[in-house]
Amino acid sequence: MTATMIKEFRLPDLGEGLTESEILSWKVAVGDTVTLNQVIAEVETAKAVVELPSPFAGTVAALHEQPGTVVEVGKPIVSFEVDDAGSTNGGSAPSTGDGSAVETSAKSAPAAGGVEAVGAPAKREPNLVGYGAVVEHTGRPTRRARGQVQELGSATVAPETSVIPESAAVATPEADVAERPRSTPPVRKLARDLGVDLQSVPGTGPGGLITREDVQNFSGAPKPAIEAPATQGGRETRTPIKGVRKFTAAAMVQSAFTAPHVTEFLTVDVTATMDLLARLKGNKSFEGYKLTPLTIAAKAVLVALRNHPTLNSRWDEANQEIVQFNYVNLGIAAATPRGLTVPNIKDADRLSLRELSTALTDLTDTARAGKTSPSELSGGTVSITNIGVFGIDAGTPILNPGEAAIVALGAVRKAPWVVNDELAVRQVMSLSLSFDHRLVDGEQGSRFLADLGAILSDPAMVMTMI
Amino acid sequence: MLTDQAGKGVHHDTPGPGHSAQNSLRTGGNLLQLVSPEGERISHPEFDVWVKDIGDEQLCSLYEDMTVIRRIDAEATALQRQGELALWPPLLGQEAAQIGSSRSLRDDDFVFPSYRESGVAYVRGAHLSEIARVWRGNASYGWDPLRINLATPQIIIGSQSLHATGYAMGVQLDGANTAVLAYFGDGATSEGDVNEAMVFAASYQAPVVFFCQNNHWAISEPVRIQSHVQLADRPTGFGIPSMRVDGNDVLAVMAATRVALDRARKGGGPTFIEAVTYRMGPHTTADDPTRYRDPIELEDWAAKDPILRLRKLLEAKGLLTEDVEGRVKAKADAVAAELRASCIDMPDPQPLDVFNHVYSTPNSWIERQKDHYSRYLNNFNQPVEEGAL
Repeated sequence: MTATMIKEFRLPDLGEGLTESEILSWKVAVGDTVTLNQVIAEVETAKAVVELPSPFAGTVAALHEQPGTVVEVGKPIVSFEVDDAGSTNGGSAPSTGDGSAVETSAKSAPAAGGVEAVGAPAKREPNLVGYGAVVEHTGRPTRRARGQVQELGSATVAPETSVIPESAAVATPEADVAERPRSTPPVRKLARDLGVDLQSVPGTGPGGLITREDVQNFSGAPKPAIEAPATQGGRETRTPIKGVRKFTAAAMVQSAFTAPHVTEFLTVDVTATMDLLARLKGNKSFEGYKLTPLTIAAKAVLVALRNHPTLNSRWDEANQEIVQFNYVNLGIAAATPRGLTVPNIKDADRLSLRELSTALTDLTDTARAGKTSPSELSGGTVSITNIGVFGIDAGTPILNPGEAAIVALGAVRKAPWVVNDELAVRQVMSLSLSFDHRLVDGEQGSRFLADLGAILSDPAMVMTMI
Repeated sequence: MLTDQAGKGVHHDTPGPGHSAQNSLRTGGNLLQLVSPEGERISHPEFDVWVKDIGDEQLCSLYEDMTVIRRIDAEATALQRQGELALWPPLLGQEAAQIGSSRSLRDDDFVFPSYRESGVAYVRGAHLSEIARVWRGNASYGWDPLRINLATPQIIIGSQSLHATGYAMGVQLDGANTAVLAYFGDGATSEGDVNEAMVFAASYQAPVVFFCQNNHWAISEPVRIQSHVQLADRPTGFGIPSMRVDGNDVLAVMAATRVALDRARKGGGPTFIEAVTYRMGPHTTADDPTRYRDPIELEDWAAKDPILRLRKLLEAKGLLTEDVEGRVKAKADAVAAELRASCIDMPDPQPLDVFNHVYSTPNSWIERQKDHYSRYLNNFNQPVEEGAL
């Protein structure tokens, strides 16, 4: 007899109460012969990257999920063609007991088409403490029915029945569910991180379970990016709107249509600032520090804010209050592989120039490595965007949501400039300032921008401001 | 002694039966080693005598047990990844500590394990299905503790040290000469339970051995942060003598355990053993040690592998014949296959089983709850079966 049958391997709960895992890679291909416990895939759960050993010896018949796919626990991920005779799930017959081998085919309730599934039974839903109550009941047993169960040496193991039907007993009506909204700890943490109150989130999962997607949809936050392949369609490419792009878009729309923006421009002669920068770079005490025009400009913004605190405030619509920050968390717009992010330097107003330089270097390195933490992205009070690095002079920056002002730094370039009524070649830079007109009047914004310009054209002006 | 001269606790300094080994027990922070990582037998003036009966056959037998429990660990880990076990706490790297200690016990000794001592359970005679079923989530206990004198795995960190001490105090009241051994890890020595157990064990000079497998990691917390002294120095503050042994050296572990058990049987009181070993796998299958552990550290410990070390010793002695290798492999294969089969074919418990072992005798209140629950389940018009437990 060389009869074969197809066996499915369903994704098990690999941690304690996990609901899904991402297939990172397949170590086998369709047609490959595999041995029991041979590593067939690498998957990543919320807790760890683990290798999946094959539960069968046989031939790979189908791989149901592509690498990069997030798969729910209980879904078939791979099918094997195994010898009918070897269908004891790879294990040899138990050697204890009365010697009669376990009849494997009998212990299985064969599904249609002779497909038998192992792994996590689809009906059990992972929850906080592992597998919990089944929420829906189909009225038909779907668990593997057991054959004549062999006594495995323990006097306490003495099943009377050869087939144990699925009992409705494990069903828990929703009425019994605790008043706390049903969700899992990672989802509750996500909700906390996003400031979402779970009480107000409608759950779409089984029995009203609030899923990660529900929370994300509710808050408009990005999902952990699973790079879906862009659909190539000849003359145009269609990419699903998601991840950082979706988040950025939502933030921009919210900001642009919530805060009435005013943008002002000022072009200044920054030759003195560039000279200062050159001197500082040559100064031994700044050895090892990365000094750029951004470093000096950021310091200038912080100094100028001292006399114009309204630009460092927030419009709290919900409480009908204006929040005046007595500290500055300075946001720096950063282009990262994942898209635009605005991490901020906490209490930047208290930092010396050296400390600020270090903080800026750390911030950009962290952002470029894609390792910026959520706390670094929240709590900003005012922002700078350095468009000069792209060779751009000026623009109308959109406020980081919740902030009152943002300064765009243009490129420093040599240009003809009038000095003492004569034309000279100087290094000039354009400053663009957007502010929330609800909080900042034209006068305050203009005076701030003028002060900022004054510092950058003559750093000694700082003496008059502190 | 400044404290209560008449108190029981001070007597441990007095020479007498079972107390003579007291001072020599102190390994003084030195690691007791009888087999080097290169597999060389190191002679020791005091401890050699405790393993002098371990001949060629016993060495091969220890090698077999260590190989088999490593295989149990590998198979169980695979079963977890295949959805057949809910969780598994790997013992990889701790084979010498578990085999060396458990093989030193008598059948009538009583053992209180933590959750990682699956190798000890195997040696004590637990069936493979009994080892697996707790981790499959099919039962809240594994085996009958009184059948193999091994308490059920304790998940609560360190609490079994109190159970062991209490049992040992009972042994004293019975006037029996059995010994009691509690297993716990490095993290447990920071728990109140273990410290309280040591207080009582010292006060009553209870016949208990505290066997600490210092595997260096309390989940993600390294032992160096938990304790600024060697763990073997902690019990001395309670007046409990201790030994610090190479936990990857099965002979050293055996020698130390035998010394401690002998003290207990002879009324010498409690002993603490720190078996310095290493958890080469994750804390459990739900853990990812790469997030907190330097891979170089793992490499360092792989060089001190307990099974590799014993292999080298056997090879040097010319004992690792094809016959022995074949026998050990066949045994490991058979055990793995039996573990797999017994796990996969295990009957699921049924809802009403939860009431079955709350009390050993009939209890009207439990009967009432069971009746109510049964009627509740019947609301769903499904037959309610009592299952396998």
